[in-house]
Amino acid sequence: MRDVILSLLAKEPAHGYELRQRLVHALGPAGGALNPGQVYVTLSRLERAGLVEAREVAQPSQPDKKVYELTASGLERVVEWFNDLTWSKVAPLEFHLKLVAAAATRLADPVALVDSQRLELLRELRQLQELALREPPDSDGALLLEGASLRLQADIRWLEVCRQRFVEREATR
Amino acid sequence: MDLEVEAGEAVSVMGPSGCGKSTLLHLLGGLERPDAGELYLGGVRVDGLSETRWAVFRRRNVGFVFQAFHLVDELTAVENVELPALLVGGSRRAARRRAMELLDRLGVAGRAGHLPDRLSGGEQQRVAVARALVNEPLVLLADEPTGNLDSRATGEILRLFGELGQAGQALLTVTHDARVASTADRLLTMRDGAIVAQTRLGAGTSVAGLLASLADLAGER
Repeated sequence: MRDVILSLLAKEPAHGYELRQRLVHALGPAGGALNPGQVYVTLSRLERAGLVEAREVAQPSQPDKKVYELTASGLERVVEWFNDLTWSKVAPLEFHLKLVAAAATRLADPVALVDSQRLELLRELRQLQELALREPPDSDGALLLEGASLRLQADIRWLEVCRQRFVEREATR
Repeated sequence: MDLEVEAGEAVSVMGPSGCGKSTLLHLLGGLERPDAGELYLGGVRVDGLSETRWAVFRRRNVGFVFQAFHLVDELTAVENVELPALLVGGSRRAARRRAMELLDRLGVAGRAGHLPDRLSGGEQQRVAVARALVNEPLVLLADEPTGNLDSRATGEILRLFGELGQAGQALLTVTHDARVASTADRLLTMRDGAIVAQTRLGAGTSVAGLLASLADLAGER
């Protein structure tokens, strides 16, 4: 979140509300689910860390607003972020461990777990498609939905592999 | 196997290769004849029809979409689309008008005069869908319809399929593609020639949780 906010400020100084609007736009339909306080909390953390500077700007009929600007070290960090290759979660680790535990304890049937999980992911995929149909195809929001959809499809394929593996294992028990 | 598909309903069939899902589609579309059992289409029992009568009935009431498009190479897009309308005895003028309307609806009217090899895969499949719909069939049968398409063209086909239900047309799609399967109202899972699971996918699930997880930046730097 910190790097995201910093990168948004790299374009030009902005106040909290503007940043939030830019973020909401980049997220498309998911933008509505963004926690409104998160942007402000992050900004004050960044300010304490010396990565952004705030100045008060007087407004004629409203209270003063705080406009945030990147510091030199803030900009340095944004450049680092663009070069960073860390990737978010690559494998459905928890479900994998759940399957292993189910097979070991016999407290649940791994194949049944796979089947119900697969249906749940198919439902999610359906929702993503419905959201995507309502988005302009070239929007930032549509691109995020496409990413989410491709990941889900990969997870569903992985579940199909899991199913086959556990069916074969049962057969040789 | 006992399967009933309502007018306007979209059903997807998934299952491993060789589970019989394509055979199911071929039986429904009359490409194969059943050894036993009964088959009704729009209230008419069709499994006992003679080859000729079945062929006539099928041309009017069943549309087919295949993975490999199967357009006639020597005919232009619009000629491909109007062909089934001419085969059931429609006038040339009415067939052409209807074909152009469909191509327009599917966003490929500008390609009407092109031969299939001048069209992209997505365009060819849209022409094939138009051809399948030209006689306003009761049911559209699709066998891996997006198997040769990229993500965007797949999206376009799914959008078109989504509109069929409003016209009361049933859709039965056999697919390996989870994205395609998930757009159906009902998902059938087949194994070894039998339906082993049926699930309604649309039933009143909320998107709030999904959106919240999409917008969750807490774990990101």
